[in-house]
Amino acid sequence: MDLLDNLALGFSEALAWHNVLFCLLGVVLGTAVGALPGIGPTASIALLLPLTFGFDDPVSAIIMLAGIYYGAQYGGSTTAILLNIPGESSSAVTAIDGHPMARQGRAGVALAAAALGSFFAGCVGTLVLAAAAAPLARAALTFGSADMFSIVVLGLVASIALASGSTLKALAMIVLGILLGMIGQDTFTAVPRFTFGLRELWDGLSFVSVAVAIFGIAEILRNLHDPRTRTRVAAEVTTLWPTRADRRRMIGPVLRATGLGSVLGVLPGGGHVLAAYGSYAVEKRVSRHPEEFGHGAIEGVAGPEAANNAAAQTSFVPLLALGLPAHPVMALLLGALIIQGIQPGPGVMQAQPELVWGLIASMWIGNVLLVVLNLPLIRVWVRLLDVPYSILFPAIIAFACIGTYAIDQNPFHVLVMAVLGVGGFVLVRCGCEPAPLLLGFVLGPLLEEHLRRALILSKGDPSVFLTRPVSAVLLGLAALALVVTVLPVIRRKRDRVFTEEG
Amino acid sequence: MRPRSTGDVVAGLIFLALGVAFAVGSLGYELGELLDMGPGYLPLVLGLALAALGLACVVKAYVAPDPVPDAGPAGPGGQGAPSVVVPGDGAPAGARDAVPSDDAPDPRPLAGLEWRPVLAIAAAIVFFALTIDGLGLILATFGAVLLSSLARGGVPWLRVVITSVALTALCWVVFVLALQLRLSLFGDWLGG
Repeated sequence: MDLLDNLALGFSEALAWHNVLFCLLGVVLGTAVGALPGIGPTASIALLLPLTFGFDDPVSAIIMLAGIYYGAQYGGSTTAILLNIPGESSSAVTAIDGHPMARQGRAGVALAAAALGSFFAGCVGTLVLAAAAAPLARAALTFGSADMFSIVVLGLVASIALASGSTLKALAMIVLGILLGMIGQDTFTAVPRFTFGLRELWDGLSFVSVAVAIFGIAEILRNLHDPRTRTRVAAEVTTLWPTRADRRRMIGPVLRATGLGSVLGVLPGGGHVLAAYGSYAVEKRVSRHPEEFGHGAIEGVAGPEAANNAAAQTSFVPLLALGLPAHPVMALLLGALIIQGIQPGPGVMQAQPELVWGLIASMWIGNVLLVVLNLPLIRVWVRLLDVPYSILFPAIIAFACIGTYAIDQNPFHVLVMAVLGVGGFVLVRCGCEPAPLLLGFVLGPLLEEHLRRALILSKGDPSVFLTRPVSAVLLGLAALALVVTVLPVIRRKRDRVFTEEG
Repeated sequence: MRPRSTGDVVAGLIFLALGVAFAVGSLGYELGELLDMGPGYLPLVLGLALAALGLACVVKAYVAPDPVPDAGPAGPGGQGAPSVVVPGDGAPAGARDAVPSDDAPDPRPLAGLEWRPVLAIAAAIVFFALTIDGLGLILATFGAVLLSSLARGGVPWLRVVITSVALTALCWVVFVLALQLRLSLFGDWLGG
């Protein structure tokens, strides 16, 4: 069978000792950085991205980055449970019941429930990814430029529909991101655009400076500005293993959440957040003791964590099959691949099967490593929470500077980072979301290329986007998503669902 | 008339200004036509779109009819409380339903803005960018860490210096020893 052959290829690649080592390193580093309070998975990956630039082998680089991603997510859950500081919106759900559990002295059990739920969901999610990616990529190979344009539009619009905050400002951030992505030489005519005569800008803004600036620097500025009161849990992490009753209460939620997360993760825009919230809502509804939710119900930790992790795996489907990042983390991975000289898309599956299947296999290995590492090492991660912010943020600044400089030893990228960091901070203060900007920046060039090519092929007839069935359906979905987002009833609901802290 | 949220006004004005700038800038490039777009075509369209969105943000801030608090991230609400998903989860959710209140996003996001952290962090990064080639990794990193430490007042200077030395050493270990990046430790100005 095809799938088994592919998986065998993947495992032979991922089990090469150096790749296992990089996966391990990624998981450890990701957890360590993710467990630092106030740094979510996106910021962690942005900051650790430069570590992989020196790698000769893109497979190792992407495997390590994926490891960082899982690690950072787990680290984020740790801060959510112990400190009530979720690193990003998806672990905000974990905090609702995880933190009360920690206050009841059951921090270890909550962390173990999160780890075990994530592990199971991750395994299933990896299988779904393996089964779904190849057929989708094969279908995508028949897509023309008009279809690809519509896919990108859908991806961008969906990222607003599923994100929080004002639709207007999110749209503006996307457009701004696309415009920033246009700086540099035009791909069709090689005319340098918006370069102000600076030779450094001919290749465009560095993706790393943009990502580190708006997720790293702007975030630090925000944290420095609103120092959160930390409610450090005094209780030591003692027992880790869930009791038999706990285990029985976990099985149902984890199974349901895995299904929910696997499906929602494929959606562009942030399915993992929706999955986590959705799972919480479902568990609360089906539970026999809904009154415990919000006061330390283990279902409320295991379910959302499992949903989140399943979605984290399946969100690789659009990235690997279509080259379309579903959310900012995927955009970062896409950028990393491009830096390694790989343009993800339907062709990659055939051209470089060892990369795609090696990555898929390494996801499973990464999940195993997470459980093996984190359960015994939880006490170490807990210690990381004590790192004072006065040491943390200068360290992050230094890492961001060196990492951005190291891309091609050009201090110009560092200057750009300073400008975008301050600008991003001001926009975030005004209630704008950074994620749409990054997605726009990453997808902008793709959007322009396919739009212009499609119009050249159709001899300037814009109706090509509506007469090709695939394109028409995708644009219809995008329009629907936009309408749904602005409908008042749904907006109110959405605003409440995403009462996240960004 | 007072705007409902200065955040929307400021963000809108920023978008408006940037959109106009991009649109004007794109006029310098060949526009082309729909059949064969020149390098200026899309930037012009998108620049105008951004300006329009910015204008809409400003207008909406003054006339916004809907009571939905629309500015993005909730304030210091911690984990937040999705009241639809978690009915009865407590006060923050209830407070959010009201017209922008103290719990809603800061309606005047730039009012209480302290410039000290912003300036210190920006200075640190700019210092690094300007000196990394000249002074090399060690001194540029040390300077950047030192400057960024100034973002918070009230830290004893001795501690700042010790932290800076330790973090510089850490960066050297991570980037030079472990990752083997070829960074010159001492730059051109120092004959490195």
